[in-house]
Amino acid sequence: MREVAIQIENVTKSFGGQVVLDGVSLEVYRGETLVILGGSGSGKSTLLRLMTGSLRPDSGRVVVLGRCLNDMSARELDEYRRSIGVLFQSGALFNSMTVADNVALPLREHSDLSEKVIEIVVKMKLEQVGLREHADKMPAELSGGMKKRAGLARAIALDPQVLFYDEPSAGLDPVTSAEIDQLIIDLKGKLGVTSVVVTHEMDSAFRIADRMVLLDRGRFIASGTPQEMRQSSDPAVHQFINGLIEGPLTARRRSGGYEQDLLGGGI
Amino acid sequence: MNPSAPLVPLRDALAFVGAWAYLLRDTLAAMPRGLLSRRGRRLSWQNLAAQMDRVGVRSIGIVSLVLSCIGAILALQMAPPFRDLGMVATVADVIAIAVFRELGPLVVAIVLTGFAGASIAAELGTMVVSEEIDALEVHAIAPVRFLVVPRVLATTVMMVCLTVIGDLMGMLGGLVVSQLWLDVGWRQYLTHTFDVLKLKDFFTGLAKAGVFGCLLSSLACHLGLSVTGGAEGVGRATTRTVVLSIVCLIIVDLLFTAAFFFLGL
Repeated sequence: MREVAIQIENVTKSFGGQVVLDGVSLEVYRGETLVILGGSGSGKSTLLRLMTGSLRPDSGRVVVLGRCLNDMSARELDEYRRSIGVLFQSGALFNSMTVADNVALPLREHSDLSEKVIEIVVKMKLEQVGLREHADKMPAELSGGMKKRAGLARAIALDPQVLFYDEPSAGLDPVTSAEIDQLIIDLKGKLGVTSVVVTHEMDSAFRIADRMVLLDRGRFIASGTPQEMRQSSDPAVHQFINGLIEGPLTARRRSGGYEQDLLGGGI
Repeated sequence: MNPSAPLVPLRDALAFVGAWAYLLRDTLAAMPRGLLSRRGRRLSWQNLAAQMDRVGVRSIGIVSLVLSCIGAILALQMAPPFRDLGMVATVADVIAIAVFRELGPLVVAIVLTGFAGASIAAELGTMVVSEEIDALEVHAIAPVRFLVVPRVLATTVMMVCLTVIGDLMGMLGGLVVSQLWLDVGWRQYLTHTFDVLKLKDFFTGLAKAGVFGCLLSSLACHLGLSVTGGAEGVGRATTRTVVLSIVCLIIVDLLFTAAFFFLGL
């Protein structure tokens, strides 16, 4: 039996009366890369924010690395967050600091390392993402792909056990996107981290995933290895991974009684 | 119509003040750890120094210019009525009291509202939009300790320092005008100033300055951190910071002045 790193049990979350997650359950095993697929507004970003402790579920439990996030105090949450890394969609670098200072910040805040050691660690992290020669640049001088790589170097600064990626290839050209995917695969191989990736880019998802789940309107409608997903007979999965216009995911939009709506039902 | 509808703006205003008060409380609570804790200490002091430079050092020129102009304006405005009474040199007394007790702290605070308040709100608002605040949180770095504490502390301290400079520049502006056009010599002007001024005038002004600094910077931080809706939200927060700061400054100034009046300070 494989060790479970993240366990989500029957979680619901709604915002202002709108149900975003509707009783989802999920297990992520230690050392694997799980890709959460889903269209815009499917609830996948909310799920990610629940796992990083930025949001709390309305009901259900979120357990990461054996610790339940539901009723953690602020102090416990901070402690938990030192064991995870998050790559944000935009990279979310601190624009007022150089790339090296960005990567050094978690180390300066959370470790007792001397400035000399921090400098060495920062160089190692930047080398891992191929940005060592850009250490002294400001974020504004970097391209989109470089920003993400720098964000990744900062996310792994404290050697996290779990890495969360929010749309790692959004807004990147295909080659840069493939480079980021390769980095995600490399990090998994070298550090043995558990990774959770939220994305809607199919090429990227199939490259990096050990397992994938498909989220639609706050529920998981399919899960499996990339191979299983490709061969799935479920029409919704087929539609999503092939990006088709016709299918069960879009059918509901069209059944809304357009004529009635237009004519107001009064004629 | 909902009968409680007229109360909604009142409720919103109370909620706003409440949230602001919470931020102030968190800021005060985070201050000792932010400045003294072993790990983050070096960074915090660097941060604080950078903010003091940005808020204070860079606005010395503007504060000096504005306050010396105000001193000169007061001298020119007050001279004719005092001349009619045959006591032109009394402009020095008026300027001293007006600037040290009232205009010094208030005008410096208004200058800093533009100089520091608006830029803090825009800066923090932009950080919200670009996910930088989220990034701080997932790195277990509290935004209040890391961003708000240095800004509020720097603004409060620099507000007091700038008021001292502003007070002196206001006096200087009045002195130059008196010397040049009012036939009041600078010795006579200074004698009048130091005769009328008491230490409490100076210190009540500085006390107000400290409160103003804390007020305008915490308001800017609060509005900046609660930005929603992208770049448009940042613009809105900046405008609100300036408008609300000036309104709050004047109201708090009135409260203080009334309190000092009734306490005989």
